[in-house]
Amino acid sequence: MTFINYASREINCKIVYYGPGLCGKTTNLQYIYDSTAPQAKGKLISLATETERTLFFDFMPLELGTVRGFKTRFHLYTVPGQVYYDASRKLILKGVDGVVFVADSQEERMDANIESLYNLEENLEAQGFDLMKLPYVLQLNKRDLPNVVPAEELTAELMKKEEPVYEAVATTGDGVFDTLKAVAKQVLTELRKG
Amino acid sequence: MADAPVIISEVHFERLKHILAKLCVESAARAVFLVDRDGQPITYHGEIGEMDTTSFASLAAGNVAATSSMARLIGEDEFPAVVHEGEKESIFISVIGRSLLVVVFDQRSTLGLVKLRTKKASYEVSAVLEEVASESEAQKSSDNSFFAEITDEDIDSLFS
Repeated sequence: MTFINYASREINCKIVYYGPGLCGKTTNLQYIYDSTAPQAKGKLISLATETERTLFFDFMPLELGTVRGFKTRFHLYTVPGQVYYDASRKLILKGVDGVVFVADSQEERMDANIESLYNLEENLEAQGFDLMKLPYVLQLNKRDLPNVVPAEELTAELMKKEEPVYEAVATTGDGVFDTLKAVAKQVLTELRKG
Repeated sequence: MADAPVIISEVHFERLKHILAKLCVESAARAVFLVDRDGQPITYHGEIGEMDTTSFASLAAGNVAATSSMARLIGEDEFPAVVHEGEKESIFISVIGRSLLVVVFDQRSTLGLVKLRTKKASYEVSAVLEEVASESEAQKSSDNSFFAEITDEDIDSLFS
C-alpha cells in the first residue's frame, strides 16, 4: 500500500520479488544494493538460514529521487522461494504495490516456475489482489547458463498479461535495473491514475 | 490493482508526532515508533541515535505478521500485544488496527508502565488514523489532482 506523507513529502511503495527457490530473488536485491550510492539506500536486511537461504524475507529501502517535490522511496522485499515457506510468502504480499516474478530459465526448473507463478496468483487472491490488475514484471533470470529454455518459449509459458519481460543475469546485474525500473514506473503510473 | 494509497496530511502527522512524544515521556521510554502493519514507518519520537528506523519498522511489521499467523494456528484471532524482553533494552508492540505502536524502553521504565501508557495513547492514535483513513478515501474519490499532475517525463526523470 502506497504511503503518501505530505508533512515529510515522501511517497513510500512496496515491491515484492517472487519466484521459485534459488531463482535469484535475493541476488537481484544484492546487486541493486551493491550498485546504489550509500545515500540512496538503507541497510539490506536478510532473514536467512545458516546456508543463506531466505527464511522469511530480504528487505532494502531504495530512494529513487524526487517527483514534484516528493521523495519516492521503494521498499524492496523478496519472499522465501521454497514450497514449505508458503505462510511467510502470504504475509510478505500484504500491502504490495508491485510484483516482479523472477523465473529460473533452466530447463529443469520449468515446473518450479509454473508452480510458483500459480502460487503467486493464489496468494495474491488471498490478500484481495488480482495479478491482472497489479503492476507486474516478468524477469527471465540465469540467461548465462547453458541449459536454458529459449526466451520465447519461457515467455509463452509464463506470461500472464502484457507485462514487460526482461532477460537477466542477476549475478552480473544484466537486466536487474531494467526490471526494477519497469515495475517502479508501473507503480507510479498506477498512483497517477488514482 | 493495489490498495488505495494512505495519504497523511501535515495536520494529522503533527498530531501523531505529538501523541508519540507524550507517550515517550509518560512511559519513560527510549523511543516510540508508529508503523503500518505492512512495514511502512509512519513516524517516531525519542533517542534514535544511529538506529536504522526503516529496517526497524519493516522487521517490527514482519514480527507481528508472523506472531499473528501463529495466533491463528492455535485458535486465537490475534495477539494484540507482543513483548520482547532483553537484558537492557526491551520492546513492546501494541497492534492498533492497521498500525503498530512500538515502544523501546530500558531500565528507566517498566513493562507495566509502558503497557498502561501505551493503552491510553493507542486510543488517541486510533482516532487520528481513522480520520486519515476517511480522508484518504475521500481524496481517492476526488480527482486526486496532485498525482494527476505527474507526467510521464516526471516518472522517466527518476530513472535517467
